[in-house]
Amino acid sequence: MSVLKFEEGNFEEEVLKTEGKVLVDFYADWCGPCKMMSPIIDDIANEVEGKVKVGKVNVDNNQELAIEYDVMSIPTIIVFENGKTIKTFIGVTDKNEILDTLK
Amino acid sequence: MYDVIIIGAGPAGISAGLYTKRANLKVLIIYKDQSSLEKTEKIENYYGFENGIDGKELYKTGIRQAENLNIDVKKEEVINIQVGENKTYKVITEYGTYETKVVIFATGNKKNVPKIKGIKEFEGKGVSYCAVCDGFFYRNKDISVLGNGRYAIAETNELINIANSITILTNGEKAPEIRADNVKIDTRKIREVRGDKKVEEIEFEDNDKVKTSGIFVALGVAGSADFAKKLGVITNKDKIVVNENMETNMPGIYACGDCTGGILQISKSVYEGTKAGLQAIKYLKKEN
Repeated sequence: MSVLKFEEGNFEEEVLKTEGKVLVDFYADWCGPCKMMSPIIDDIANEVEGKVKVGKVNVDNNQELAIEYDVMSIPTIIVFENGKTIKTFIGVTDKNEILDTLK
Repeated sequence: MYDVIIIGAGPAGISAGLYTKRANLKVLIIYKDQSSLEKTEKIENYYGFENGIDGKELYKTGIRQAENLNIDVKKEEVINIQVGENKTYKVITEYGTYETKVVIFATGNKKNVPKIKGIKEFEGKGVSYCAVCDGFFYRNKDISVLGNGRYAIAETNELINIANSITILTNGEKAPEIRADNVKIDTRKIREVRGDKKVEEIEFEDNDKVKTSGIFVALGVAGSADFAKKLGVITNKDKIVVNENMETNMPGIYACGDCTGGILQISKSVYEGTKAGLQAIKYLKKEN
């Protein structure tokens, strides 16, 4: 399963109504640290394939979502479970630290 | 273009310098802030000194040793590090920009977290340590920069064209020199940062309150964790995350000594500096 693209239009369906855990990476194309986070997110998506949905939100195109989830620094990675936020990581974060919350 | 720029001139930085220089690489060591070694009066647990040694003396000897090997050593303040073209990096100081293929962080473990109530609590919720990363979220807002040195000025300059207004909060320190239409300076001491879910206002010790949407912390001299966050190097509680070869998650960027955490001992710093140096040599051989 590859990394999905979450947007204002599909966020409710893809993230909030999903049973179990969903990982969402808030990023922007101009953000240097986000580029370093990107391969880590790809790795995570491969490792949790079939178990956890993994996707990205471009904050430039989805400002309402960034505001809704109080994203004020990128990259921010939020883990949802049954539509509720259970963990937020701010800044480039180690893969294993994120994987621990997806178990 | 340098092969290697080492930031920090304590035991880790100098050791990395010695090994990379002896491999005929073009090496620059930049340092500014005092090493914790310099503040240690007497070291009695390091190999080879029967009567112990004065920390300051050992620190100065290390710098002279590097200079005697014809390593470029500059006492300048690094205010920014940027990703350049083709796997290179730009290290920017108050005097100029130096390009390099490898950056080795050896800046010690100093972290400038202000002892102001509310700062820690609102990290990522209005308190930021990186203007270039987070400035976007404060477009046309009234924000603050906490600090009064060159680093605070550099962060302010990143935000000038984004924010509506910027107030430089010196928290009792003297005002820096900066002139821009939308920049003010407030030298009053701060009591607390307040807000509901995110930063909303600052209360000064004179009981006055001022609204602000965000506070960018840029106190003193920027440390390795500050640069790491701007570049995208993985950190954990302000320590740089490295593997057993002192490599970070970014190609050509290494860290050694106290900034990687663990025991704060000279022996550990010398080992890590050595390892980072040797690994940088391998990396450059492969890249060239």
